[in-house]
Amino acid sequence: MTTLTKDAGTPAPADAGAFLSVRDLHVSFKTEDGVVRAVDGLSFDVERGKTLGIVGESGSGKSVTNLTILGLHNPQFTTVEGEILLDGQELITARESELEKVRGNKAAMIFQDPLTALSPYYTVGRQIAEPFMKHRGASKRAAWDRAVEMLAKVGIPNPKERAKDYPHQFSGGMRQRAMIAMALVCDPDLLIADEPTTALDVTVQAQILDLLKDLQQEFGSGIIFITHDLGVIADMADDIMVMYAGSAVERGTTNEVLRAPQHPYTWGLLNSMPRLDSDLGMPLNPIPGAPPSLLTPPSGCRFHPRCTFQDRVGGTRCVTERPLLAPDRASACHLTADQKRTIFLEEIKPRLA
Amino acid sequence: MTEDMVLPAQHNPVTVGEPLLEVSGLTKYFPVKGGFPIRRTIGHVQAVDGIDLTVRVGESFGLVGESGCGKSTTGRLITRLLEPTNGSISYRGQDISHASRRELAPVRSEIQMIFQDPYSSLNPRQTVGKIISGPMEINGIEPDGGREKRVRELLEIVGLNPEHYNRFPHEFSGGQRQRIGVARALALEPKLIVADEPVSALDVSIQAQVVNLLQEVQRELGIAFLFIAHDLAVVRHFSQRVAVMYLGKIIEVGDREAIYTRPRHPYTHALLSAVPEVSLTDDGDSAGRERIRLAGDVPSPISPPSGCRFRTRCWKAQDKCATEEPPLVQISGNHAGHLTACHFPEDPTTEARDEDIVLDPALAALEEEG
Repeated sequence: MTTLTKDAGTPAPADAGAFLSVRDLHVSFKTEDGVVRAVDGLSFDVERGKTLGIVGESGSGKSVTNLTILGLHNPQFTTVEGEILLDGQELITARESELEKVRGNKAAMIFQDPLTALSPYYTVGRQIAEPFMKHRGASKRAAWDRAVEMLAKVGIPNPKERAKDYPHQFSGGMRQRAMIAMALVCDPDLLIADEPTTALDVTVQAQILDLLKDLQQEFGSGIIFITHDLGVIADMADDIMVMYAGSAVERGTTNEVLRAPQHPYTWGLLNSMPRLDSDLGMPLNPIPGAPPSLLTPPSGCRFHPRCTFQDRVGGTRCVTERPLLAPDRASACHLTADQKRTIFLEEIKPRLA
Repeated sequence: MTEDMVLPAQHNPVTVGEPLLEVSGLTKYFPVKGGFPIRRTIGHVQAVDGIDLTVRVGESFGLVGESGCGKSTTGRLITRLLEPTNGSISYRGQDISHASRRELAPVRSEIQMIFQDPYSSLNPRQTVGKIISGPMEINGIEPDGGREKRVRELLEIVGLNPEHYNRFPHEFSGGQRQRIGVARALALEPKLIVADEPVSALDVSIQAQVVNLLQEVQRELGIAFLFIAHDLAVVRHFSQRVAVMYLGKIIEVGDREAIYTRPRHPYTHALLSAVPEVSLTDDGDSAGRERIRLAGDVPSPISPPSGCRFRTRCWKAQDKCATEEPPLVQISGNHAGHLTACHFPEDPTTEARDEDIVLDPALAALEEEG
């Protein structure tokens, strides 16, 4: 992943560096029980044509981050700090009318559950045509033709007729294809896919993932792919960011993060997941405990209550001092680089093979 | 967590390997109502259509398939939460397929169920103690030292703090709630547990905890499991024998080794090749596995295809597949106990092929261009 020096205001040239950059993002919600710090100091970049995979468990802040990028949070209860630059445009301070020009045009989103994300009252074709009319000023006729073309592209058989159908007449996999068609209709530069295949069956998931990859080649969009499934991320992403309790704990290229992971949480995730070729004699290696409440997050390193490598750091550093995530390939952990390498090679990797 | 768990001795041990539950020709059709002004039955959802399976004492039998294939309905039929349309279920030689409530009562205490959703399967208005002692109360069981002592024991077995006896479900996390569900299932010392997607609602790091717990319970207490799940890797980890379902039928069954490394049915091949995997070797791509991408979704179980139900999505389908339903038999080349329902089975390997099978038209078109 490339890191950029901040240059707010001047739009970055189209082909160089990050298209989206998020800097020191903090998102918190006011609730009856107190303030939930859902995202706590997050920075990342996405380049055109590349896929950034965000992995994390529920409550790690991965979805909140991406809703915030598109301004889909409820401003009444949400405090957002930091900087989100999309093609040089600052989105946090942007007015609603400006955001409307971004959403569905420059940046689009694919949601997890296509049945609740599509409107039951309008035909699929009309829902796909609508953003094209709004953002491109196309006529009703032209937009409809474009919708049919998009449906054909995502593999809906007989698209001319099926465009007149309502979402309930589509199967789960077809609805997700329709969502992808809708997201890509204005040829966005950024596509946010929030667990797009979690609700689907495994054979359909494989179709949709391959379709997204192939369409990305054609459209050249940057993709933020959010999932909890390391297998899916291995298949899709160029770069990976692992999130835990509201902040990133590790990032790097897919190869680096999956083949030479550095953070104890990433080790835990890899170790706890059964694979089709894993050793059957041994029990799985779960991460002890449960993810923390974000109302009262743990002091120091957020992962320390569940971490089994704390004693290797020594002292109380893990409890008192929050490890920072350096730019580029990095992990937020107090272990030294040598320790990380040897622990992975000697203690974690043998258990994976 | 559960390392020093207290395990009660089995009362009447049965030899491992003898059949505990035998199901044959099990069928469940749900009526579809429609019409105006008089609503009448206009069709049937053929959720489960004539399946045979045997769960042996102390073994874990896995049932995999995609949504709508009838795996959950099978679980509910076996626990007799649903009345079968046809076929027979026999538990330890006793036919329970249409047994009355009274006849079922003694059997029900031996067959327990763990549900998928740990949020909706626990009564929010009851304490943990009440939830876990419920089965004992209903069956009038008074263990030595009282029910409360037994509940505390069970809480310890599943790795929860016995002090939490008086807490309510909302005070627990998802993984802990699923442990409560396991404790409730263990309360009557069952011989068979039907676990319907017991870990799929949990986070990855928590899933492993619950899988380990179930595995310990299965091994230490010798309880047989019917493990229903869609996650092939979890089923492989947990079950010694596995059946693959498609549209209400078992299309392939065999021991773990046979299903995962020597599958014969095209659908099993497609299913295995679709599982996204983290490859740990350094050569990038998913290390020499075959790539099969089916077209479209599973057809409707209201009017399933004639003959072989998979033929509409199968790359090997011929005329015979439409007219003749393939029987579930041991086809040539299979080891004993490995049954496949297919006229034109695949080679018993999951190695990469010379050419990928891509049936999805959009995908094929895009890949042609690229």
